[in-house]
Parts: sequence; structure tokens; C-alpha cells
Amino acid sequence: MNAHAGKNAPVLRNIQGNAACALGAIAAGCRFYAGYPITPSSEIAEKMAAELPKVGGTFIQMEDEIGSMAATIGASLGGVKAMTATSGPGFSLKQENLGYAAITETPCVIVNVMRGGPSTGMPTRPAQGDIMQARWGTHGDHPVIVLAPHTVREIYEETIRAFNLAEALRVPVVVLFDEIIGHLVETVELAQPAPEELTERKWATGPREEYLPYAAEEDMIPAMARPGDGYRAHTTGLTHDERGFPTQDPQKVTAFMDRLLGKLERHHDLIERNELVDTDDADVLILAIGTPARAAKSAIRELRAEGVKAGLFRPVTLWPFPAEAFRAVATGKKAVIVPEMNMGQLVLEAEQLAPEGVAIRGLNRYDGEAITPAMIVKAVKENVA
Amino acid sequence: MNEIRVTSADKFDIRDWLRTELMPHFMCPGCGHGIALRALLWACHELGIDKDKLAIVSGIGCSGRTGAYIDANTFHTTHGRPLAFATGLKLARPDLTVIVITGDGDSLAIGGNHLIHACRRNLDITCMMLNNEVYGMTGGQVSPTTSAQRYTTTTPAGNMEPVFDACRLAEGAGASFVGREATLQIPTLKDLLKEAIAHEGFSFVEVISDCTEIFGRKNALGSSPEMVLKQKKVMIPERSDNRIAQPFRPNPFPTGVFVRQERPEYGAAYRQMCERVQKGGKGR
Repeated sequence: MNAHAGKNAPVLRNIQGNAACALGAIAAGCRFYAGYPITPSSEIAEKMAAELPKVGGTFIQMEDEIGSMAATIGASLGGVKAMTATSGPGFSLKQENLGYAAITETPCVIVNVMRGGPSTGMPTRPAQGDIMQARWGTHGDHPVIVLAPHTVREIYEETIRAFNLAEALRVPVVVLFDEIIGHLVETVELAQPAPEELTERKWATGPREEYLPYAAEEDMIPAMARPGDGYRAHTTGLTHDERGFPTQDPQKVTAFMDRLLGKLERHHDLIERNELVDTDDADVLILAIGTPARAAKSAIRELRAEGVKAGLFRPVTLWPFPAEAFRAVATGKKAVIVPEMNMGQLVLEAEQLAPEGVAIRGLNRYDGEAITPAMIVKAVKENVA
Repeated sequence: MNEIRVTSADKFDIRDWLRTELMPHFMCPGCGHGIALRALLWACHELGIDKDKLAIVSGIGCSGRTGAYIDANTFHTTHGRPLAFATGLKLARPDLTVIVITGDGDSLAIGGNHLIHACRRNLDITCMMLNNEVYGMTGGQVSPTTSAQRYTTTTPAGNMEPVFDACRLAEGAGASFVGREATLQIPTLKDLLKEAIAHEGFSFVEVISDCTEIFGRKNALGSSPEMVLKQKKVMIPERSDNRIAQPFRPNPFPTGVFVRQERPEYGAAYRQMCERVQKGGKGR
């Protein structure tokens, strides 16, 4: 480290994706982590166990995945930024309480380092089989934001952004990446964000008599009551009215659900983030996240050297899916290739949104190996003619 | 620390502790849960607990719904998970008094894993388990504490499964305070809960409640007063080693305090480790 560098100067280091995730969380202000050992995400828990005590935070290894999701939400309800991390089997178990976080609008971050599935599947092999589960895993209509970093540096940055979005919008945020990126070691700069780059949730202020825990404010985000501040609010997983108490009044239920889901639409600009690589003049577009997106970048360079114009559309915020941006970029292309390490999930979104005359082609690999640039080069060439 | 500090000489008025705007409550006539709630709030009153610093965490079922009536920070969580939520809350906010209200199904069936590990971990949480022998909210299905031969909607020929002794389970799992009382003896129950809340570490209190409407009716156990009066006849009002023969149980149930142990509270121990790490040590 440069001795003359300022306090917030970036530090260059060799670091693994999972470790970068833990450091990103701490940089974002995360001071509570509850987890359960699971391959290939365990390094996140191990890093948090070592780092949190240094900053006065709390790490706990819970008795199971369900409990670690519950403890994470419990800590957040207490007013502390909180995170948990897991992989497919654990992500399935966390869905119950993820829904609780969604309906109670409790900020929290859930990391899923994807491995082969279903069930125990291939614990040490990479996959992207949880793309749809991340969006639809828990029961009932619910809001969730899913961020899909594709480099070690981006894991760090997107973990920070995950906390900012969770706090700003009172929503669970999933950080989703595959085993390859989780275990990848890259040389990166990890910049400590300035205080103004970190979002703190809106706390209830003002007289208790006027406070309604779930009243829809103009920005659709209710102010949260911090225990101890004198509001003595009620939090429940039952559908509730503005007072926070259970209701089955059809009008109140409709208003609640409209706001619960609508708040993400309202803050669409804050949430959406895409990377566009050589898309303007491309004849063939590639839609990819994670490891296949890395392969796509190599493939595009190789193809362009041969005179084949390909481009990449990479949603960094995977869910809510950037429908308009994708349609705009895909319009006029000959085809959209969707390479993914599963049997076809992201491709469903492309098919649903495909502009007239644009062919959608899935490119799938589900044998526990990575999608390679060569596979993408071949697929693009087959579709460019 | 085991001392009980009485900071308020004021007479206990339950209305000071309730969200009266939510009345009438949802509980059936004769249900013992309201009595347990009264004893709990009375205990809080006598301990001089600040409502603003009181967190009630509950799960799902009849027991889970009782928390909402308390004028405090109340968290009605998912089925079986209140102890796990409470673990996160207490570690994040050691300044809060955290009390979990759970039921026999919530804590012994779906939440059994969280219960035994909460007992083992010894975080400063009080767990009040309302045992009414049945899943009342869902219509009267068999629970891990339903007595032998009792009829429920899922044991139409009578229950054939053995029951859990929740207190022995808690003791075996390492809870540093374990006790049991019936709802009949409200002052005794209040005193037990007071001691449990004041205890530094994990406290487990089983409250023998009664489900008159769903369970009692199906087993011809009589009205609530009849069930309670039968209890009274066989109860020996002694602390620590007394035994109460439950009229609707095949075996007498001991009540009182079974475990009262001083061992390191987990949250405090963790924070001490953090201080050592921050001073440059390894935390050991």
C-alpha cells in the first residue's frame, strides 16, 4: 500500500470472489452475519467470522439455513445491516424467511453462490440453475432484487450496492453468482466507499401518535421503527394494514400489495444496471450473466477480429429484468444467443421479450463445466448468416 | 446476576401493557393463553421493564398471535422460527429485553432445532412456551405434547405417539434456567416468569395452558373452569419440586424451577472476544 495514499485510497490485492463479497459487505456497513456452512459459499462466512469482530460486528453460525436467514432478518429488525450467504440447497431453505423479509419490508442481503442442482447436485461445480428461483423462490407475489456480478471487483461493488438498495427500498436483495466467480482470484482495487455513497434506511421520527408503520409515503417506502426509539411497532408476516396489524380487508390488501410490488417499479432507475458491450453495430446479440458473460466478452473480441459483429447485453441487475433496455438493444438484431449454465432459464425472459423478427437461441451447458468462448463463437457464427 | 429488582410499587394494571385498540382478542373462551399473557406482563411490570426496550418475538399458532396484543416492540415471525429471529435480534441489540412466546408445535415440532440450539448457546433470551397439547389454530391436530390416547383431528383413533417432556429436553440441551407452571396459579406463574426474565442467559418456561374449545371438547374434558378446577384439586403448591397431576395427562407433571445455573451468557462472551480482537489479540 502506498504510504502517501489517503485514507480512502483503493488498495490493490489478490482476492477471491467470495472474500470480496465479505469485504464489500463490511464496507457497506454490514455488522451482522448469520450463516451455515455450505459449498461453495463457505469462504464468505469464514471471512465474516474473522472480520466482523474487528469492526464491532457480530458473526454467528446458526443451527441451519432457515435459522441463519431468520437471525439475519432479526438483526436487521433491530436496526443493524445484516447478511447471509449460501448455495442452492440452502437457498431453497431460506425461501420461507426471504418471503418474511419481503412482506415485512426488512432490508437484508442474501448471497447465493450457485452450484450444480437440483438437490445436492454437484456441490463443487459451477452452475446457473437458480436464476428463476432467485426471482420466484418464495411463495406468493413478492418483491426481490437480484444482482448478478461477473468479476471479483464487481462482486465487491455489487455487494455494497445490494446493501444500499436493501436499505433504500426496504427489500431483500440477492447477490447471485456462480462457483467459478466465487472462487476466482483476481487482482483488484477495493475502494472504501465514502459515507455519502452508503445508504441508511429511513427511520421513523416524529410523534408516536402520528406514526403509521406501513403508511405509503410519496416514495412508497415507509419509515421503519427502530426498537428502543419509542414507537413500539408490530411486525408480522401476515398481510397487514398501515398500522402493521393483520387485515383481510380486500381494499387494504390490494393497496398493500400494489405498494409492495410497485415500489420497485417506482425506483426502477435506482435499481437497473446493465452493461452493453459492442451492441450498437452488432448483428448478433449475446444475453448473459456471470461466467458465460465473461466467455462472451472473449468471444466478441475473437469474432470481431474475424469481422463478425457480435455484442453483449449483460444485466447487472438481473431482477427485475431490464425489459425495456433489452428490447431496445435486441431490436433489429438477427439473433439473440443466450448462453447459460443450466437447461434454459434466462432464455425464457428473452423469448418473452423478443422483438419481432429476432431469433432467440439458447446455448446451454449443465455438466458442471463452464460455457467457453469457443462455444459462443460457434453459436454466433451459426446465427449470423 | 439473579436478583430481582422491583422498581415500581404501582399496582399492576394489564391495560397499561396492552394494545387495547386490538380488543376484543381472537382467543377462544376458556383459553389459557390469556392468563399466561397476564402473568408475563405482570412479571414485566414488577421487574420495571421499559416497554420501549421490550421485544416480543413469536411464531405461528395461537401462541404466536398473543404477542400482537402487547404494547411493545412485537415481532410475529414464521412458524417455528421465533427463537432464530430472536437470536439475531438479541445479538444485534443486547440492550433489548427479548422474550419469545411460542407453542408446543411451534417450538417442539417445526422449531425443535432452533429450541435445542438456543438452549445450548445460552443467549440472554426468555422463551415462554405455551403448551396446550394441540395445534389449535389449524383446527386441532396432534402435537408433540398431546397425551396418549387423546383424540385430535389427526388421531381419530387416539394418539399413539409418545410425548415430549419439553423441560427435560431444554435441560438436556443446556438451558441455564428451566421451569414449568400451569395457568391456574397466576402469581406463581408470574414469579417463575420474573425469575426467568431476570436470569442472565437462556431461560425456558413451559406454561401448561388449556385448549378448551378445540382439545377439551373433543376429549370430553369439560368446560374451562372444570378443567382448571380439576387441576386445582391435584396441585401441590410448592416451588421447585412440587408435582401437579394434570387431569388431562396420564402422568403427574412436576412444576417449579428445574434448572438454575450460572454459566457465561453468549452475547457478552462474544463481545468480550471482539474487544480482545480489536486490541490486537487473536480473540482467544
